[in-house]
Amino acid sequence: MHDKTQLKAEAKSVLDGLKGKTLSNKDRMAIPVQDMPCQEAAIRAGNMEEVAIGYSEEQARVEAYRCLQCKNAPCISGCPVSIDIPGFLRLSAEGDFTGAADVIRKTNLLPAICGRVCPQEKQCQLVCTLGKALKSVDKAVQIGRVERYIADRERTSGQSPIPEIAAPTGKRVAVVGAGPAGMTVAADVRREGHEVVIFEAFQKPGGVMVYGIPEFRLPKAIVSEEADKLRAMGVKFELNTLIGRTIPLETLFKEDGFDAVFIGVGAGLPKFMNIPGENYVGVFSANEYLTRANLMRAWDQKRAATPIYHSKRVAVLGGGNVAMDSARMALRLGAEEVHVLYRRTREEMPARAEEVEHAMEEGIIFDFLSSPTEILGNEKGRVTGLRVLSYELGQADASGRRSPVAIKGSEQDVAFDTVIVAIGNDSNPLLAKTTKGLAVDKRGQVLVDENQKTSLDAVWAGGDIVLGAATVILAMGEGRRAAAAINRYLI
Amino acid sequence: MNKIIAKERLSQEVFRIELEAPHIARERKAGQFVIVQTDVDFGERIPLTIADADTAKGSITLIFQAVGVSTHRLAELEPGAYIEAVLGPLGNPTHIENYGHAVCVGGGIGVAPMHPIAQALKAAGNKLTVIIGARNKELVILEKEMRAIADELIIVTDDGSYGRKALVTEPLKELCEAEPKPDLAVTIGPPIMMKFCAETTRPYKVKTFASLNTIMIDGTGMCGGCRVTVGGKTRFVCVDGPEFDAHEVDWNGMLLRLGAYKPLEDAAHKELHESGQCRLDALADAVMAKAGLGKSGGAS
Ligand SMILES: Cc1cc2nc3c(=O)[nH]c(=O)nc-3n(C[C@H](O)[C@H](O)[C@H](O)COP(=O)(O)OP(=O)(O)OC[C@H]3O[C@@H](n4cnc5c(N)ncnc54)[C@H](O)[C@@H]3O)c2cc1C
Ligand SMILES: Cc1cc2nc3c(=O)[nH]c(=O)nc-3n(C[C@H](O)[C@H](O)[C@H](O)COP(=O)(O)OP(=O)(O)OC[C@H]3O[C@@H](n4cnc5c(N)ncnc54)[C@H](O)[C@@H]3O)c2cc1C
Ligand code: SF4
Ligand code: SF4
Ligand code: FES
Repeated sequence: MHDKTQLKAEAKSVLDGLKGKTLSNKDRMAIPVQDMPCQEAAIRAGNMEEVAIGYSEEQARVEAYRCLQCKNAPCISGCPVSIDIPGFLRLSAEGDFTGAADVIRKTNLLPAICGRVCPQEKQCQLVCTLGKALKSVDKAVQIGRVERYIADRERTSGQSPIPEIAAPTGKRVAVVGAGPAGMTVAADVRREGHEVVIFEAFQKPGGVMVYGIPEFRLPKAIVSEEADKLRAMGVKFELNTLIGRTIPLETLFKEDGFDAVFIGVGAGLPKFMNIPGENYVGVFSANEYLTRANLMRAWDQKRAATPIYHSKRVAVLGGGNVAMDSARMALRLGAEEVHVLYRRTREEMPARAEEVEHAMEEGIIFDFLSSPTEILGNEKGRVTGLRVLSYELGQADASGRRSPVAIKGSEQDVAFDTVIVAIGNDSNPLLAKTTKGLAVDKRGQVLVDENQKTSLDAVWAGGDIVLGAATVILAMGEGRRAAAAINRYLI
Repeated sequence: MNKIIAKERLSQEVFRIELEAPHIARERKAGQFVIVQTDVDFGERIPLTIADADTAKGSITLIFQAVGVSTHRLAELEPGAYIEAVLGPLGNPTHIENYGHAVCVGGGIGVAPMHPIAQALKAAGNKLTVIIGARNKELVILEKEMRAIADELIIVTDDGSYGRKALVTEPLKELCEAEPKPDLAVTIGPPIMMKFCAETTRPYKVKTFASLNTIMIDGTGMCGGCRVTVGGKTRFVCVDGPEFDAHEVDWNGMLLRLGAYKPLEDAAHKELHESGQCRLDALADAVMAKAGLGKSGGAS
């Protein structure tokens, strides 16, 4: 059930029924989970607008009333930035959304984004007592959806407060990379009165939030509002600047007078499968495909100069958010049939549950337990298909995950004209290569201590460049920790 | 935002612009390039080699051929105007040392990126031979600049309208056959030309570098769109290159990948001209009219 008006009406009648009552836990447990209103699958597959429309006030309040206000609040420890979840839910239930926004803002700088893209079912909602009591994580309090409502309400009211800035300290901090990690550091460090400059390689701030995650899942206007907020706080942006090339990291200290540097350059090095045929025309990394479509706006072919491949039958390799985004983007760009090939089954898919569900509703075809051994092409070097091997799940390994075992002789050739490789990213080696003394592990991830401090003096790092490809909220969490350490260092 | 401070039309379709870019001017080395975008919302990101830099002025020079929509848009900008985004310097600098005798083979617009490399090779003490190849006389660029640094300059044109009537591979072959043969060849130009240069020097075992001009998007190693097979391995031109051992490059694979968007690009380019939006046509027509010739049919 996705219809906005109907969901709102139902919520209203639930809300009326709750009026004046003192709710017992049993009462709360009986309140129905509030579904997310969405664009109809058939319609949204043909546009770039946001799929999930967001709760109405009534729905947000009803959902918030479901919270049992647990004393131990396990949800808080499930959230990487430890938001006072029962706190903001209690205020929301009462209709005090301004108060709720204040609670969230204490620890989460980007709630409108996290509410949309956090893998809640693996974080805050996974450990929710209500979900446990009702024996399904799907029935946990929909924390992320309420969080999104609170953030959107504040955003659209035009009254998001600009944080207070302490008196100027005369200290200068350089932030490398304008993804969620860098943006968080910028805000937290700027608040203490230090001067902050963010250096970003791309023409727009936001990192993966602008070039990777599509418009239909995270409107770019939200990301640019966050950047504008930083500007209003006095943070400066130097776009089109590649640290390590345009300005060497050492120069930031030696000539540009910075006192501390934060590295938040993300994990932007696409992995390929290393199978034959991978360089045929029509094979893309998800990064390339999504960058063309999102950042370069190739979906808007009337206005954009960047071309995008016209595909009919698309195969997406992988099972994470990146794979879901690529598949759904291909559909929106006019593909007739889109398959996702994943080596394991739906249970093991790392993508957010909601995205998998949405992709299925939109008609994406999932070929589980299958993976290509070769990409086939014609004499023009264009992709014509995949040689696909089938798998079955074997014994559980030490981590409890059942690993896929190839079924001998099960290869089949399937016709495709486009292959999008979405099997993850490694760390971009550029900064490590051009910066003497910056210690990285063998995968190229920057090594840090418990305060996000790197091997170099006055240099901290966080986000995907430290964690490998992770999540927005983890990148933010690392940013907060680094910012705290930088602020201590600069006293 | 980078301000254009000078502009010159080198031939009907080739332009030289100088723009403010102090950081890039300071850091750049021979062989590196920038990514340019005239419109950060809807424009394409296109790679162009840094042809020259002036650290005192804080400026860099780009030389480019108007071949499609994005290079046209760039060619339309006049001094005083701003380019919305310029990112660089990107790629690895050319490895410069005293090899002995170096031959630089530049084809068409490839002469532009060759110039700083030739300059650096000369400065490192190499004996320098430069071969410039072009379709016709009108398309020969940087002759004066190359003559100033080369010990020997050979010009060839496809139609014989200037210099020798030959392809660049002919004089290159003669040089390889001579005793002593060259110690290094560098080739920059259309991929097909670079491929044949590689085939020319291969039998003589003359070390040959080629600077690859694949399609690029970010230019920072993030997308993999620029990948080519070199020595059996997938490499990213923007971060592992742009120069590679020409004898190891899978030229056929690269040629196929370059054509990936050809139909779409050509359609967009055609539309630009047909819609009457291309100001270069008007300019070109004016030049042609002045010379007493007919309509130009557009720059390229
Ligand atoms: C398609 C896709 C979908 C995803 N979906 C989700 C999701 O649903 N939920 C979720 O939580 N996470 C998701 N993620 C992961 C999430 O986006 C990342 O974990 C997060 O963005 C990492 O943040 P970051 O700040 O570390 O780096 P990034 O967001 O990668 O930002 C790094 C920035 O640094 C810039 N940069 C790099 N090198 C330099 C340099 N040398 N100088 C200057 N600037 C530089 C880059 O251009 C970039 O803008 C997704 C990722 C992808 C690719
Ligand atoms: C590292 C590097 C350095 C470069 N340096 C220069 C330079 O100094 N001067 C210069 O004029 N050009 C240079 N190029 C090529 C330049 O980037 C392209 O000409 C430009 O991107 C074309 O854009 P467009 O929109 O005008 O044309 P499009 O409409 O995109 O293309 C028009 C025609 O050019 C072909 N083409 C597209 N991209 C390339 C490419 N990368 N290489 C060769 N042909 C291409 C297309 O197949 C098509 O036939 C360089 C390329 C690379 C990768
Ligand atoms: S930030 Fe993410 S994990 Fe934390 S409460 Fe919000 S949705 Fe849950
Ligand atoms: S665990 Fe669930 S029910 Fe308990 S406080 Fe947190 S959100 Fe509410
Ligand atoms: S241009 Fe994107 S990786 Fe080279």
